[in-house]
Amino acid sequence: MNLFGDPAQWLPLTFAALMGLSILIYVVLDGFDLGVGVLFPFATDVERDRMVASIGPFWDANETWLVLAVGILLVAFPAAHGAILTALYLPVAIMLIGLILRGVAFEFRVKAPVPHKGRWNAAFWAGSLMTSLSQGWMLGLYIMGLQQTPATWVFAALTALFLTVGYSFIGATWLILKTDGDLQRKAVAWARGGIWGVVLGMGAISLASPLVSPRIWDKWLSVPEIFLLAPLPIMSGALVVLLWLALRRLPTSDDSWAWFPFVATIALFTLAFFGMAYSFYPYVVPERLTIYEAASAPESLFIILIGTCVVLPMIAGYTALAYFIFRGKATELRYD
Amino acid sequence: MDTLLLSRIQFGANISFHILFPTITIALGWVLLFFKLRFNATGDVKWMEAYRFWVKVFALSFAMGVVSGITMSFQFGTNWPGFMETVGNIAGPLLAYEIMTAFFLEAVFLGIMLFGFSRVPGWLHTTATFLVAFGTTMSAFWILVLNSWMHTPAGFEMHDGVAFATDWWAIIFNPSMPYRLVHMLLASGLTVAFLLAGLSAFRWLIGDRSAEVRTTLKSGLILGATLIPLQILAGDFHGLNTLEHQPAKVAAMEGNWETGPNVPLLLFAVPDKETRSNLLEIAVPNGASLILTHKTDGVVPGLNDFVTEDGTVKHPPVAPVFYSFRVMVGTGMAMLLLSWAAVVIMARRRDVGALPKPLLWALVPMAFSGWVATLAGWYTTEIGRQPWLVYGVLTTEQAVADVPAPFVGTTLAAYLAIYVLLLAAYVSVLFFLARKAAQGDRPRRRTPLSGEAIVAQVPAE
Repeated sequence: MNLFGDPAQWLPLTFAALMGLSILIYVVLDGFDLGVGVLFPFATDVERDRMVASIGPFWDANETWLVLAVGILLVAFPAAHGAILTALYLPVAIMLIGLILRGVAFEFRVKAPVPHKGRWNAAFWAGSLMTSLSQGWMLGLYIMGLQQTPATWVFAALTALFLTVGYSFIGATWLILKTDGDLQRKAVAWARGGIWGVVLGMGAISLASPLVSPRIWDKWLSVPEIFLLAPLPIMSGALVVLLWLALRRLPTSDDSWAWFPFVATIALFTLAFFGMAYSFYPYVVPERLTIYEAASAPESLFIILIGTCVVLPMIAGYTALAYFIFRGKATELRYD
Repeated sequence: MDTLLLSRIQFGANISFHILFPTITIALGWVLLFFKLRFNATGDVKWMEAYRFWVKVFALSFAMGVVSGITMSFQFGTNWPGFMETVGNIAGPLLAYEIMTAFFLEAVFLGIMLFGFSRVPGWLHTTATFLVAFGTTMSAFWILVLNSWMHTPAGFEMHDGVAFATDWWAIIFNPSMPYRLVHMLLASGLTVAFLLAGLSAFRWLIGDRSAEVRTTLKSGLILGATLIPLQILAGDFHGLNTLEHQPAKVAAMEGNWETGPNVPLLLFAVPDKETRSNLLEIAVPNGASLILTHKTDGVVPGLNDFVTEDGTVKHPPVAPVFYSFRVMVGTGMAMLLLSWAAVVIMARRRDVGALPKPLLWALVPMAFSGWVATLAGWYTTEIGRQPWLVYGVLTTEQAVADVPAPFVGTTLAAYLAIYVLLLAAYVSVLFFLARKAAQGDRPRRRTPLSGEAIVAQVPAE
């Protein structure tokens, strides 16, 4: 166990990285299917069926990354799990009710009697919206060190709004990839509107974080860090410009480049995620508890790590298989 | 009400709602695999029709199970932070293995199983069905390992109030695990058996005479009749195991206050915690001694042994354990009677159609008998563990979060409202799907009709 030095050092770091990876994958994957739900009111009934068809085979596995992320928080950093979740008691409850609503609405909207379909569509939209907003609210409070004051609530309200816009944006880019015709044109229009929200949101969070936390200020704005980190905002800016140019030209007549907005958005989210992860390290509860203080016993972490090394590549493999099987434009969901 | 009680009600409500759906999907996954394999072997289209109907029930139940399960993974932290802080080193790896070996497997292959039939080769679709069934069972395995460990903890030592694992083999194969796992898997099998039989009986009663409905009715009844004696046996073994490790729970189940020989089996009674005795006893002499020790004069532990000198009660609340145990056993007896009667009639007349109408009508409400028995059984064992959360290691009170009671109360009200709504929707959609299938859902339309047109085709019941 001492192969890589002191396990009390590298195990918490490994698990923090694994948890970060799960959160990133979750935000990208469930981000697009939550976003598709948030966009529901802007679509017609027929388009809604197609939108659900584009996420139907994936949503369940996408949500599992949230379970993995919170699971790693629970098993690797039990003290932090308690501290974070009790502080976020109400938004967590709202998120859970949102997840329940949208998860079951997937099934009920096609299995319940047809006259009820409108209500389940509404539940799907409301659930997606509740989930996105409450996740954004929690992100805002987390950035603010889980402090509950009117000022942090305003900030949390802003992040709630911006994360929802961000999810809708990646949802729209997913629809550009997975649909064609009128719906694809609509999705391009949604994305064109959404991109400004994304820019505004990422800008606001990037500016506010160093202002509220002297520690984050020092981590970013001292020499030489400022030069080493400069590629992060520069690359993000370049991606935004490319996205904007692409969205102006899409959809193309031969559907080329339809994949580009989705892939570029994943890259953008990844950059934003790394920026945030860098800001918070080594804290798991901002300013209060580091990953090293909150970690479980090394023996228990080691047992989990062995399993992870075996299982995670398998999960990646069959997830890729599922995306391969359901590649191409989304068609009607059928059991036969 | 205080935070502790509200939190207990909330977790109890969530876990009760949750377990309804895994109880269906664990066994239904294997039943679907059976249908699929029979279709592959015989080419008879009735098996595929059965598969297509029941895969809808599976998909719906699975979604309900997933979303209510996510709720619970968060509630460990929001309501019971003391649990993971004390025994996280043991519970953590078990939960992690559940997520990694079960949740992803189920979730990914479910997509292929549901929507991949015409997109992937037949063998891959069958494999996906197998992997989903395997995943649900793995999930049951890991969570029952953890649950059993909370009842009969082993393979650990305490340092500064925190549990550290010393022997993973002893933790996983803790004393009550094999009994609890078998008891739960059989419970799942029985739940699905009676759901199959009940919904099929309903379809038969409203005029469905298809080969498919004959097959599923017969499959459900035979499965039920086979599993129920095994379950009674497994339950007996499980009870003896509980007597060894948690005598206070058995004393509450039997409603026995004083330790002694020749303890009667109470068919009915009203336990009174004030006078510490029972009212209105209907008893079989020596029955409890005979069942628990296999001797008429065997000694059965009494509740009064679990009260300390200063009067502190260290045993679980008697009435809920006592009553829920009887509900479980009573439901099991009804399952035994109905399934055996039906199988005997089917065997003698060699036809599903020979089943008398009253029996078929009785099977319809029995579609959910598995739920009743499973919940009653879980209440018996979990309330029977109180006041402990981890038996002898951590009390429930020590683990609860310091969250304001109104927060817990409001969210509890919201959860309850949504659960009642969803349960009503779930049950009515099952019967709606059954009616639709009975009226001939096939051949399926390739072009979606407008809502109005479909409504016109489904006559009001």
